[in-house]
Amino acid sequence: MMRFMLLFSRQGKLRLQKWYTATGDRDKKKMVRELMQIVLARKPKMCSFLEWRDLKIVYKRYASLYFCCAIEEQDNELITLEIIHRFVELLDKYFGSVCELDIIFNFEKAYFILDEFLMGGEIQDTSKKSVLKAIEQADLLQEEDESPRSVLEEMGLA
Amino acid sequence: MLLSQTQAGHREKQQCAQSTGLISALQRPALLYNLCSVSVTFRLRDDSWYYPASFRRRMPAPIRLRELIRTIRTARTQAEEREMIQKECAAIRSSFREEDNTYRCRNVAKLLYMHMLGYPAHFGQLECLKLIASQKFTDKRIGYLGAMLLLDERQDVHLLMTNCIKNDLNHSTQYVQGLALCTLGCMGSSEMCRDLAGEVEKLLKTSNSYLRKKAALCAVHVIRKVPELMEMFLPATKNLLSEKNHGVLHTSVVLLTEMCERSPDMLAHFRKLVPQLVRILKNLIMSGYSPEHDVSGISDPFLQVRILRLLRILGKSDDDSSEAMNDILAQVATNTETSKNVGNAILYETVLTIMDIKSESGLRVLAINILGRFLLNNDKNIRYVALTSLLKTVQTDHNAVQRHRSTIVDCLKDLDVSIKRRAMELSFALVNGNNIRGMMKELLYFLDSCDPEFKADCASGVFLAAEKYAPSKRWHIDTIMRVLTTAGSYVRDDSVPNLIQLITNSVEMHAYTVQRLYKALLDDISQQPLVQVASWCTGEYGDLLVSGQCEEEEPIQVTEDEVLDVLEGLLVSNLSTPVTRGYALTAIMKLSTRFNSVNRIKKVVSIYGSSIDVELQQRAVEYNALFKKYDHMRPALLERMPIMEKTSTNGPTEIVQTNGESEPSVVEPKHLPPVSQPSNQANDLLDLLGGNDVPVIQTTLPTKPASAGGELLDLLGDLSLSSNSVPPAPSLPVAQPPFLLDGLSSPPLFNDIAAAGIPSMTAYNKNGLKIDFTFERANPNPNIAVITIHASNTTEAEMTDFVFQAAVPKTFQLQLLSPSSNVVPALNQGTVTQVIRVLNPQKQHLRMRIKLTYTHKGSPVQDLAETAALKLHGNQQSI
Repeated sequence: MMRFMLLFSRQGKLRLQKWYTATGDRDKKKMVRELMQIVLARKPKMCSFLEWRDLKIVYKRYASLYFCCAIEEQDNELITLEIIHRFVELLDKYFGSVCELDIIFNFEKAYFILDEFLMGGEIQDTSKKSVLKAIEQADLLQEEDESPRSVLEEMGLA
Repeated sequence: MLLSQTQAGHREKQQCAQSTGLISALQRPALLYNLCSVSVTFRLRDDSWYYPASFRRRMPAPIRLRELIRTIRTARTQAEEREMIQKECAAIRSSFREEDNTYRCRNVAKLLYMHMLGYPAHFGQLECLKLIASQKFTDKRIGYLGAMLLLDERQDVHLLMTNCIKNDLNHSTQYVQGLALCTLGCMGSSEMCRDLAGEVEKLLKTSNSYLRKKAALCAVHVIRKVPELMEMFLPATKNLLSEKNHGVLHTSVVLLTEMCERSPDMLAHFRKLVPQLVRILKNLIMSGYSPEHDVSGISDPFLQVRILRLLRILGKSDDDSSEAMNDILAQVATNTETSKNVGNAILYETVLTIMDIKSESGLRVLAINILGRFLLNNDKNIRYVALTSLLKTVQTDHNAVQRHRSTIVDCLKDLDVSIKRRAMELSFALVNGNNIRGMMKELLYFLDSCDPEFKADCASGVFLAAEKYAPSKRWHIDTIMRVLTTAGSYVRDDSVPNLIQLITNSVEMHAYTVQRLYKALLDDISQQPLVQVASWCTGEYGDLLVSGQCEEEEPIQVTEDEVLDVLEGLLVSNLSTPVTRGYALTAIMKLSTRFNSVNRIKKVVSIYGSSIDVELQQRAVEYNALFKKYDHMRPALLERMPIMEKTSTNGPTEIVQTNGESEPSVVEPKHLPPVSQPSNQANDLLDLLGGNDVPVIQTTLPTKPASAGGELLDLLGDLSLSSNSVPPAPSLPVAQPPFLLDGLSSPPLFNDIAAAGIPSMTAYNKNGLKIDFTFERANPNPNIAVITIHASNTTEAEMTDFVFQAAVPKTFQLQLLSPSSNVVPALNQGTVTQVIRVLNPQKQHLRMRIKLTYTHKGSPVQDLAETAALKLHGNQQSI
């Protein structure tokens, strides 16, 4: 299973973190810092895998963002790269040509997409279509929540 | 409102984009620029679209999330950012205090952003729970997200969620149910899992695939947290695999995998699913293009990989299941498209499965050949996994891996360090008697050119391989010397004594070796291990060097003075470490019996009698005493070393030396085998006997430097060679004349000691470890009894780090010599022996306390025992 996934920028700013095992805040910060250092120091010619503590780290850079996953010994590194790519594709479809700013300003949406794609460190659905459909529907539900009040506000009644 | 902004903004940003044109769009680097399937939308660099023109300001309203993010991003320094966040946090706290329901969601969302920047956000934990309890979907969505980010099972607060999650699991909206399942499946603690497992099980049986897939992964989490709840999900697994939906199918396979990995019963139970899994896999690879699950022309690689992994677990050590999956594995292995990463991911998983199950030999060869092809792939990731997997299988499929040797060796030249490291490990694993010369050539070339981080491992790998497969002694010596000259400062500390031993034992090579080492010394004196070996050999075989008798190579012409010049050069060189100087001085001393220039040597030795380096000084003072007082014994003492017996287990540990600061005794192991227990261990035993003045005599670890001048004086005082007393002070072995003599007169220690007719006894027999004592009495001194301990091990696992210690009452003096090994082999396949010498001037019965420490099956064991009174000086001993 995937233990955690991190998204961070070339400058070492954390953009998203998802932990699938209970980890203390201090440990999380320490691990994030350590991994960022290691990954950012790697040269483009190096392969996308490294061994770190008892885990295998799989990372891939997309433009200015690094997607970095920690998986266990028996997990498949190559398919993990595909998981990362699938997540990027989902973000891309949702935001429309996604860039780092989208993820910064809509980080909660990025989390919603991730939670619809992975759960407990495993893939939930292998179809892009059904993940995006679920997100769309949930977004609609959210809008329904909001619209009655917006109308009232529009009329100055709020 | 907070979140619906995006939709409104989206529309607006497109309008803006149309008016501003292309240029600004190009400035924004898109994450995915190579995806043809993605429709291109033009975007603006600035974020104005987040804020609609009809921006409504309400007086008490806190700022919006996006606005906060934008403000924080304008901060120029860390301090400025911290200040902004502190201000905002204060506002959020007061809003929380006022129990404001309208903006709670917005505030928690802002808090989550600050949390990601590394600021504390724990005060939002309870607010998340309130959001979860709200009726609004937006609130729930942010509330659950916040709970997953801010809470975990180590805070009791999380238990307050249990009830809300339970309600939401039964909610009428599937998306609310989904949120609850997702939260439970990501962070549920064992208490929560126990409470909610029933609901999860119910949802696992629904026909709604959106919920069913989530419930399956939730069940996986429940089982990970509370394995005993596993059986509860067994009935629900019955028709999971007949599902058409890939989400459900995938998560079901994950669930089955989890169950099989955790319980042998489940594994046996689910073996019957093999045909069904094979069918699903077959359908996946045979079915035509299905756009929903296609990844670069391959149908649902994620599902394929998971099925292959489950098959691996089911087929492991089971003939029937393995048989049933042989065909499909062959099919996947041959039919999968390999031009893209996805295909290779599947092949990689297939290879792992073939390797793990009881597959046919043809299939195994196919698998290894796939890995061989991977090695030639342009993608470094694929080369990396290939090397990793070959490393795993090299033991079982040695010959098949051997066929790819040249490709593997080529990977040593890879630019990627991780690939290089793997290739190096694998290359060493492939070395055998047939290819040693060729492989070593490549590896020595690699050693020459590789980064410093590889040198130490590579050097010790070369040593090991050379020791195992050396085709000839000369080749062996040449190889080690080559390593010492190219990577000398990186070799492990024990390589010096190992090489010395190797050289000593190759009698016919002595002249050749000393000549080559002498030449190396002339070239370069910076590589300390090489210099040490060279000094030792020059001292030992200096006569062969000057006589120019070398048959292997053209002999060189050197004079005695030239040799001494070189060695004296080492004594004064700044490049020499203290250890090296010790080697050099001893070498010079030895040459006093091999060369005629005795006077010159005397002078050198006496000069160093006042060296600042205590170790060197001590050595020089002792050698000086040898010249002055005991000159008649000098030739015998400095005689050529006999061939050392080598036992593979204690070879490297017997002569523990460091090339660092502390100075080992350069007195040859023959004289007195250095004891490998540190002397401070004896203190434990002193405590045992309840006194500090119990004379536990243990030779000090040779790596300990002589500590004080006072001790040195003691040593000198003891140089009287009366052989009937054991020196009272624990000291460096070199200063214990009785033993020095024993060693010389009888190379294998104590073999001339007649057994005194005391029958052997068992001193300890517990947990499979048996310790027998056999007794001898030293001939020259009737007061000294020699006890040999024999430790044997009847268990099926060897005992490592074995240390035997003993303590005796103060009327006795005791000395422990070094053990033959620190590993007691399993199943009585050998014994560890260790000699104890007991000085018993008052001829009393001996009572001995023994302490045993060792590691057995990975766990350390310690035990104490006391022997009954041993009558050492009669014909009987009483027990």
